[in-house]
Amino acid sequence: MHPAPSVIIFTTLSGLGFGLLVWLGMGFPFVTGWVAFAFFAIAYALAVGGLMASTFHLGHPERALKAFTQWRTSWLSREAWVSVAALIVMALYGAGLVFLGAKWTALGWLGAALSLLTVYCTSMIYGQLKTVPRWKTPLTPALMLAIALAGGALLAGQALAALILLPVAAVLQVLWWVRGDMALSRSGTDMASATQLGDIGAVRAFEPPHTGTNYLLREFVHVVGRRHSIKLRIIALILGYALPVVLLLAPFTHLMAFLAVVSHLAGIAASRWLFFAEAEHVVGLYYGKR
Amino acid sequence: MTQLPDRTEKKLGLVIDLDTCVGCHACVVSCKGWNTENYGAPLSDQDPYGSAPTGTFLNRVHSYEVQPEQGTAQLIHFPKSCLHCEDAPCVTVCPTGASYKRVEDGIVLVNETDCIGCGLCAWACPYGARELDAAEGVMKKCTLCVDRIYNENLPEEDRVPACVRTCPAGARHFGDLGDPDSDVSQLVEARGGVDLMPEQGTKPVNKYLPPRPKDQMDRPAAQPEGDIDVLAPFLKPVAEEPKGFIGWLDKALEKL
Repeated sequence: MHPAPSVIIFTTLSGLGFGLLVWLGMGFPFVTGWVAFAFFAIAYALAVGGLMASTFHLGHPERALKAFTQWRTSWLSREAWVSVAALIVMALYGAGLVFLGAKWTALGWLGAALSLLTVYCTSMIYGQLKTVPRWKTPLTPALMLAIALAGGALLAGQALAALILLPVAAVLQVLWWVRGDMALSRSGTDMASATQLGDIGAVRAFEPPHTGTNYLLREFVHVVGRRHSIKLRIIALILGYALPVVLLLAPFTHLMAFLAVVSHLAGIAASRWLFFAEAEHVVGLYYGKR
Repeated sequence: MTQLPDRTEKKLGLVIDLDTCVGCHACVVSCKGWNTENYGAPLSDQDPYGSAPTGTFLNRVHSYEVQPEQGTAQLIHFPKSCLHCEDAPCVTVCPTGASYKRVEDGIVLVNETDCIGCGLCAWACPYGARELDAAEGVMKKCTLCVDRIYNENLPEEDRVPACVRTCPAGARHFGDLGDPDSDVSQLVEARGGVDLMPEQGTKPVNKYLPPRPKDQMDRPAAQPEGDIDVLAPFLKPVAEEPKGFIGWLDKALEKL
């Protein structure tokens, strides 16, 4: 799949932002006044910034409101509803904390649940697609939820939770990669099933339908060199998971905490680039590109 | 509405004969022509006369080489467009309801005024049947020429999809695949029509007729033992060993 910057920024930032909202909603840390304002401002900048970035790849962003209509079948539509609900509930809860110093616990927990559900809906946009065997697994939502919770804990200053969740996310990440590398060959979709010519013999793409490129090739047939992929995986593991853990174990300073968050964000961005760039869409089989 | 209908009154679709398709791409051209000038946004081209032309097409013809274990390879031309699946995954993922499957005839269409151009339907389609038009920013797909097949302003013989009407080899057939007595259903039955990527669970309406077995002229062993050919003695090689000048040359070169 084409690793479009808009979707990488969207899933990375909004995942982190909603992850932070989950922790704030649960009351970790319990803050009021200006401190609460700062925490909520960061969470909203990330969550809303990410959601805004996602509209950049739309052909008609001015019609984005129509995306609220098909929640019965579409994970994208469900994400639209749940994210807006989470943002509204958490805004009310945050307003209570910031302006009134009041903690509306139930509202906070509701907001936390909706924030987590938003990340789940985002992950299911990808996890539902049978056409991309690497994504079609319960490990996809598991990984994205783990990353959001771990990153959120990191931002929320919940060192103990982050020290547990970062390694959990790292393990899920490795499992996701290992499974993903075998996913296409195990999916049962290959050139023989795509063309139904396998009964005659070995199928090879002889000539594409056109001499140039097209939308399908640009969008779905992105090939990453294996050496680059391994390098990026190592970078993602070190920056995204290992280094933040090391920095958290060091004596606490705000600079260390900031560096841990930046490192985590960079690592997750690398992992998310691979998430798209390595994903093999089965349509590539028709072009002999798998 | 992106919920798929439980059943459709008809299952209009195409039957594509891989045995007769000659790979001329006439269906591609006629499709582009009709669908650029008629229903919906035109199928745009980018840099059409430049060094890197691309464009939107609803129908494309691939060519595959198939190598049997024995014998010569076969070249098979393979036209591919929307298969109007019964369980169309492109429809259910659409967040706006722009994509829908019609109850009356099963055609999968895009309401372009509702399409936000998110591309998720194209991601969900295993066949590459949907292309986002780079100029219009909306999703384009085969409409089964919905503006031809019911169009009473056209002569009756033209009320079929443009690709079917134009195919010079008769490799494309249009009809109701939900009616077991229709010509297309009979054809699928007789020729063992197949679904593409059946494991994807999309239940395509369009069917492909596999190439029929090739004749065996290139394989002498295929002739049954003891088959007497009265002409055989006359067709024996006349010169087993070269004679005369060629014979001398052959020997001379052999000695070198």
